[in-house]
Amino acid sequence: MSTPVSTQVIAGPATPAPLLGWAVADTWVVARRHLLRLVRRPDELLGTLLIPVMAVLMFGFVFGDALGSSMAAPGEEYREFLLPGVFTLTMAFGIGTTTIAVAGDVRGGVLDRMRSLPMSPVAFLAGRALADVITAVAELALLISLGLLFGWQWHSGLGAVLAAVCLLLGLRLAFSWIGIVLGLLVSSAEAAMKYFALAFPLAMVADTVVPTSLMPGWLSVPAAWNPLSATVIASRDLFGNPAGPATSWVADHALLMAVAWPVAIAAACLPLALGRLRRLAR
Amino acid sequence: MSPHSREPAVLVEGLVKSYPGRGTVLDGLDLSVAAGTVHGLLGPNGAGKTTAVRILSTLLRFDAGRARVAGHDVARNPAGVRERIGVAGQYAAVDEILSGRQNLELFGRLHHLRLRHARRRAGELLERFDLVAAADRPVRHYSGGMRRRLDLAISLIRSPQVLFLDEPSTGLDPRSRNEVWEAVRELAGAGTTVLLTTQYLEEADRLCSRISLIDGGRLVAEGSPADLKSRVDGSLDDAFLLLTSAGAHDGRAA
Ligand SMILES: Nc1ncnc2c1ncn2[C@@H]1O[C@H](COP(=O)(O)OP(=O)(O)OP(=O)(O)O)[C@@H](O)[C@H]1O
Ligand SMILES: [Mg+2]
Repeated sequence: MSTPVSTQVIAGPATPAPLLGWAVADTWVVARRHLLRLVRRPDELLGTLLIPVMAVLMFGFVFGDALGSSMAAPGEEYREFLLPGVFTLTMAFGIGTTTIAVAGDVRGGVLDRMRSLPMSPVAFLAGRALADVITAVAELALLISLGLLFGWQWHSGLGAVLAAVCLLLGLRLAFSWIGIVLGLLVSSAEAAMKYFALAFPLAMVADTVVPTSLMPGWLSVPAAWNPLSATVIASRDLFGNPAGPATSWVADHALLMAVAWPVAIAAACLPLALGRLRRLAR
Repeated sequence: MSPHSREPAVLVEGLVKSYPGRGTVLDGLDLSVAAGTVHGLLGPNGAGKTTAVRILSTLLRFDAGRARVAGHDVARNPAGVRERIGVAGQYAAVDEILSGRQNLELFGRLHHLRLRHARRRAGELLERFDLVAAADRPVRHYSGGMRRRLDLAISLIRSPQVLFLDEPSTGLDPRSRNEVWEAVRELAGAGTTVLLTTQYLEEADRLCSRISLIDGGRLVAEGSPADLKSRVDGSLDDAFLLLTSAGAHDGRAA
């Protein structure tokens, strides 16, 4: 029974390094993992872009003239209005990718494996969020190029354009955090897919494809307070694209709200996600 | 010699665990695993084997009792335990989209190995587990045996002092199973402590120097395979059936 403890060769130094330093390093390793997955399956990115491309074709060209005339704007002007809306809803639809990926890690045991390592558990969450934002940069670059191809333009300086892109990325980050919490809550990736249809009202009941001013009164209130509306109105302004008439407090303070919403959402989701991680140990 | 050199690698005393809404699953479990040995945790389905392994690998909290792994208290110093253990769960926990090599490098990095070191370690383990040819293919194209070997390889990245294997050979063909057994023997030979759960009594008989038989979350018998056999004057199967209330569970025995 009394076999002496062997002197184990532990590979590498067991550094009791500064916790924050490791949390940052681990976050990057986790983010890199998700990006490597994307490189291995580039069709995933193209699949994500299918919704916005279809949205541009359907709304911009099929319904475009009808929608434009009800807004007293010709088709081209409606498309100028539409594209920032499509950028915005693409950011929001990213929530599906995040939820499904996180649920897969919970189910598939990858999260458990990470929890048994000396890594920071926050890195599992933050790494996913970081990867989502980096992916969104690529998505936006592709969508903006596509928009230019469809005749969309910005009418402002490069600084304003970059600011608009940052607002869009902020929205993606917020929805990434919501997706992380949902992914930790749902029982499986399959279950998450079933709820994906719920993203449509979220994406459409906002100033994205139809200006809030054209919506029935009862719908215009939730539409105005939808976080997407602040981002889309502020980015239209920054791109110098036409907007609907500002009919709400949010629309008057779109830039402020486009920053406040993502900050508030991320701040609310982080403790929820951490609490959920702790509950996994029950 | 350090004061810990005589301490068992795994020491469990009066471990109690209940899941919310499920009731008591571990009901005062005792377990002691000597350093450098292969120890089998046997028991009918639902006996609490996976629960015990998950607690010892810091994945699950417990309600009462004491658990120490590699000289560190599981509840008070989980980080110290995590630095010293390897875990391969009942189902392979690998990234299906990444390649085997990418998986090893990923988890090596998360073990806080430097990039160069993580790469070298990945190469060594791919070689050792006969995965070199498939190293750069996505894991979702691996066979069940390859996946298991990769899972085992990942659990060995940091040369753990204590290795937890939950049903390491379930679903493997005889050849893959032999490979896993060979790996476990080699590890034990090099001084690693292995705690494994299994449904295959033959596996326990061949691999383990001691066996803890648990039932209903309690230890019901403990000893070497020969001890247990002599106690019932029969095979390990007989010991399993006589000493646990297997009949109540549907009498499943491998
Ligand atoms: N997360 C959970 N929540 C509630 N009950 C659980 C949970 N996990 C396991 N149980 C229950 O606890 C009991 C012990 O489960 P455990 O998985 O530890 O058994 P086991 O010995 O590993 O069984 P098997 O041989 O089938 O793998 C079972 O009755 C199981 O249903
Ligand atoms: Mg089990």
